[in-house]
Amino acid sequence: MPTHSISGNRGLQIEEQLIFEQDNPGQTGVDYPDIPQAKNRLGGLDREGEIGLPGLSEPQVVRHYMRLSQKNYAIDSGVYPLGSCTMKHNPRLNEKMARLPGLADLHPLQPMQTTQGAMELMSSCANWLCTLTNMPVVAMSPAAGAHGELCGLMAVRAALEDQGYARTKVLVPESAHGTNPASAHLCGYSVESIPAKENGRVNLDVLKEKLDGEVACFMLTNPNTCGLFENEILDIAKAVHDAGAYFYCDGANFNAIVGVVRPGDLGIDCMHINLHKTFSTPHGGGGPGSGPVVFSEALAPYVPVPYVVQEGDTYRLVEDEASAEGKPFGRMKSFHGQFGVFVRALSYMMSLGSDGLRQVARDAVLNANYLAVKLEGSLSRSYEGVCMHEVLFDDRFLKDTGVTTLDFAKALLDEGVHPMTMYFPLVVHGALLMEPTETESKQSLDQFIEMVLGLTERAKGDNARYFEQAPRMTPRRRLDETAAARKPVLKWVPPTEEA
Amino acid sequence: MMATVRFTKDHEWVSVDGDTATVGVSDYAQQQLGDVVFVELPETGTSLNKGDEAAVVESVKAASELYSPISGEVSEANGALEDEPSLINSSAMGNGWFYKMTVSNTAELDELMDETAYKGYIEGLD
Repeated sequence: MPTHSISGNRGLQIEEQLIFEQDNPGQTGVDYPDIPQAKNRLGGLDREGEIGLPGLSEPQVVRHYMRLSQKNYAIDSGVYPLGSCTMKHNPRLNEKMARLPGLADLHPLQPMQTTQGAMELMSSCANWLCTLTNMPVVAMSPAAGAHGELCGLMAVRAALEDQGYARTKVLVPESAHGTNPASAHLCGYSVESIPAKENGRVNLDVLKEKLDGEVACFMLTNPNTCGLFENEILDIAKAVHDAGAYFYCDGANFNAIVGVVRPGDLGIDCMHINLHKTFSTPHGGGGPGSGPVVFSEALAPYVPVPYVVQEGDTYRLVEDEASAEGKPFGRMKSFHGQFGVFVRALSYMMSLGSDGLRQVARDAVLNANYLAVKLEGSLSRSYEGVCMHEVLFDDRFLKDTGVTTLDFAKALLDEGVHPMTMYFPLVVHGALLMEPTETESKQSLDQFIEMVLGLTERAKGDNARYFEQAPRMTPRRRLDETAAARKPVLKWVPPTEEA
Repeated sequence: MMATVRFTKDHEWVSVDGDTATVGVSDYAQQQLGDVVFVELPETGTSLNKGDEAAVVESVKAASELYSPISGEVSEANGALEDEPSLINSSAMGNGWFYKMTVSNTAELDELMDETAYKGYIEGLD
């Protein structure tokens, strides 16, 4: 009996060719009129060759992208417990607000008297962020988290230069997001790493030893990437300030404490906030991200332009450094930041209110602890006790099974869910980092738990081959990541031109 | 004369013959890294202090740095790794060497582990 379909398709899983492979020269979805005869003003810059777009009709193009989208997995399809990424539901109310014509059709170069509502919106969004963090000012323009880190560090550098010496080093914990050292390098600092203690938190003694006159800044994620609250943060802040350095907080995990803890009360000098995480705006291919940075009084004078100021009933955008108060270090983006994301974030904050935001943090922590308690008997938890918004396991539970963290994650694909974050943070071996977020119901958490426990039992039951061969049911089986990295094919070429 | 091989806690090895040292990553390190897909090597003439970042190694799983186990000046980089990073996986202690250097202070070797001590060290890690 045949086991495969004639086409290679499996029901609605269509074997789809690349759009260039579907080229039917001359076909087009638009019917342009003949170009009218006009004087050529291109000054000799006429295109000489074809631009090489494939020829397809409109229904072919629509089907192509529909079929690709059907292969996709998204937070709209199911549980997406990607630790440190906060893949939470994107409320549709936010989308409705962002599509209001008065907001969606704005142009960034419109005269200010015609964009008063938009500036009021930016100002409100900024006020919410300042209030939630208890920080006096915010730079709204950074485009995402790492851009926000760079913005914060540039303010630190400007402040230190103002004092006479910019210093040379930035300290980051071992468990930091990789963007922290990258941002520090980009800002001209060398990076030194601070080890963790047995309990997964920063080793304060080592930090104190390293805090010399060359340290410009200490960057800390709180809760950290092990899903743990850095409970010595007040002592850390004091040690950093005593050394004349600034205290940066990576606010990627602000969703665990929003409405409960105000970073300004912890001695933090600047922190980026990922609107696309804590404040529910789309990300992971559906972005863009947005990374406003809040600043303490000490760094407030160096906040970059542009920013909105309110004067009576009107709003004004401060665009140039000369007319700004303080000593802005420059600007981070050509326009004002991700306005469409501000609309969605403000919609989220206003619809939930301060009590709702506190509930967000509490439920995110509750859900992660529910996973922790249900799974810790079978998987190996890296740090015992209560976790914050994400729970960290390592691969000790797979020891001697022949199954790796990667195999385990691939097997989860066959179960129809997006796997957890793997091999990060680097401080534990074969990490599996799960962040369910507050928007998963108990029912969906229970289904996920059942899959993970079932796979764990299977892994411990001498089934290494099953895991090595996973995934079996995805559109493609396991890809050769090594060949893809060593011999990448970066551009499709027509078969006739292949070398 | 047999070359002296020493190891660091960060899983680099250094083999010293006279005043020339060859540096690479240990077999344990390549196993932990998985398939290596890219290396960035130091330029000849680069002067390195013990503990300085000397090279970058990227695998399918992670990117990490190779820190110079001892001080000295780079005399040769193993250009073969740029075309064939898999040499690190197939021969970490042999053809997969990263660079050679002229040693400035052989006394630094005494601070490193010999093969027996290193074996004990990695057993303690598992």
